[in-house]
Amino acid sequence: MSNADEALRPMRAASDYAPPRLSLRFVPVWRRNFLVWKKLAIPSILGNLADPMIYMLGLGYGLGALLPEVGGVSYIVFLAAGTVCFSTTNSATFESLYSAFSRMHVQRTWDAIMNAPVDLDDVVLAELMWAASKSFLSGLAILAVVWALGLSTSPLSLLAIGVVPLVGLCFAAIGLAITAMAAGYDFFMYYFTLVITPMAMLCGVFFPIEQLPAAFQAIAWVLPLSHATSLVRPLLLGEIPANIVSDVLVLLAYAAAGFYTAVVLFRRRLLK
Amino acid sequence: MNDFSLTSTQPANVNVLTVTDLHKSYGEQEVLRGMSFSVARGECFGLLGPNGAGKTTTLRLCLGLVTAEAGNVDLLGMPVPADARRARLRVGVVPQMDNLDPDFTVAENLLVYGRYFGLADAGIRARIPDLLEFAGLAGRAESRIQTLSGGMKRRLTLARSLVNDPDLIFMDEPTTGLDPQARHLIWERLKTLVAQGKTILLNTHFMDEAERLCARLAILDHGRIIALGSPRELIARHIEPEVVEAYGEGTLAWAATARALAPRVEVTGETVFCYTADAGRVLASLEGRPALRYLHRAANLEDVFLKLTGRELRD
Repeated sequence: MSNADEALRPMRAASDYAPPRLSLRFVPVWRRNFLVWKKLAIPSILGNLADPMIYMLGLGYGLGALLPEVGGVSYIVFLAAGTVCFSTTNSATFESLYSAFSRMHVQRTWDAIMNAPVDLDDVVLAELMWAASKSFLSGLAILAVVWALGLSTSPLSLLAIGVVPLVGLCFAAIGLAITAMAAGYDFFMYYFTLVITPMAMLCGVFFPIEQLPAAFQAIAWVLPLSHATSLVRPLLLGEIPANIVSDVLVLLAYAAAGFYTAVVLFRRRLLK
Repeated sequence: MNDFSLTSTQPANVNVLTVTDLHKSYGEQEVLRGMSFSVARGECFGLLGPNGAGKTTTLRLCLGLVTAEAGNVDLLGMPVPADARRARLRVGVVPQMDNLDPDFTVAENLLVYGRYFGLADAGIRARIPDLLEFAGLAGRAESRIQTLSGGMKRRLTLARSLVNDPDLIFMDEPTTGLDPQARHLIWERLKTLVAQGKTILLNTHFMDEAERLCARLAILDHGRIIALGSPRELIARHIEPEVVEAYGEGTLAWAATARALAPRVEVTGETVFCYTADAGRVLASLEGRPALRYLHRAANLEDVFLKLTGRELRD
């Protein structure tokens, strides 16, 4: 082994950790995913909407009839904000796990793209933006139902439209980092059952975080979904969220850390 | 006739790809151990080697998808990996495994792929009929990928590699898994591309493919080039001009006789290979043994390849 060889090796290792190189080259890759989605748009929207709707209406009106008030409002109104956040979370997670993994590993779509003048960082950014876009539609669809049913009437609730993409970016980024480590689809089931579902229980989707024992509350406030519900719920009730800045910062921090981790892990996995 | 060479920005006789002393390891395994070669504008250059010889790794290094531990790659005048992305604007790739977009039609595959090069939709759409005609897929623009045969998919992949009118096309075993008809059609198209002035780097382990298509080729083994030249030069340099292959009942017993009649004799399984400048005496010996069947032929690239890389199996 030559001296040049020894000298170059640390450089290579460092470049895996270099900051992501972001460019607009992600746009054609995003458009590729959009074109696929367009072919199946109607069933996709209905499929994304049906599941959270059933939970929201079934639990909200069914279980809600047995409950006096939750968090100072009727249960369906309480649940509306949780459903917007959780539906966005699920949609971003599903797209960044199963769909991104299919394109990367099964269909080898990423390989084809990287033979063109598009880099891996561009592809990962495109997947992030795409999963966030798709989850934005899911969140928006639930919001539309919430407005249509009169569960939220305040103009402040329009600001929730701005929170949904943040939630989407956050969970898409974390999802991509998980995908970068996945050997197969089975891995994703663990992520859903061990991370996403417990998070829904802890983070104020179905009941107020204050109901939890103190230790669990402390855990809840470390998790991103709590900061999503703590932004969206007051907005739907026509109130200004109490911790806007810190909630937004936590979501952004998770998005940034998740994306950076994903880029590093994908580089180590694919560029060798 | 379809003509995909719209522009020629560089003077002739310039190397479009130069690879110098590449080293690449995966863990303890050294995949490339000092790989050097260059490809001149307008030639079809072959990388020939058994499985695991380092052909695909070389291709990935040339495209800047992997970084070497040592060595240099100059692709279309640009250093790789530093300027790999920019160089790939003028490169086409036909990968070993099909990775067409299964969700799209034939035409959509070309349109979407052209966008990755920053091409405008109108420009790509205008090119699609010519590309499909070239690939023998005229009239299949709206077909779904699942309805295409293996040969059609390969030809679409070839068409896709031309969407940006590349100067240099990398082809990684483009005919593996195809039937003879499909293979011959791909060969015709590659010859047409070379006639149009395109440069091709062809990875293959098919000897007849390399012999037909490549002006020059390099034989790789264990991450190194062990021979380089035109197919004729390689045959003349490394092997006796005539070959007699004998097989059938009693062939192995005859091998001892053959060794006295030809300068080099090899036995593989039930077949005896006699390599010689003059097969007269070998043939005379075989004439007296009607139980033995034989084939008398000119030496070819496969003989060179087997002599240089050995006959044992590679996995």
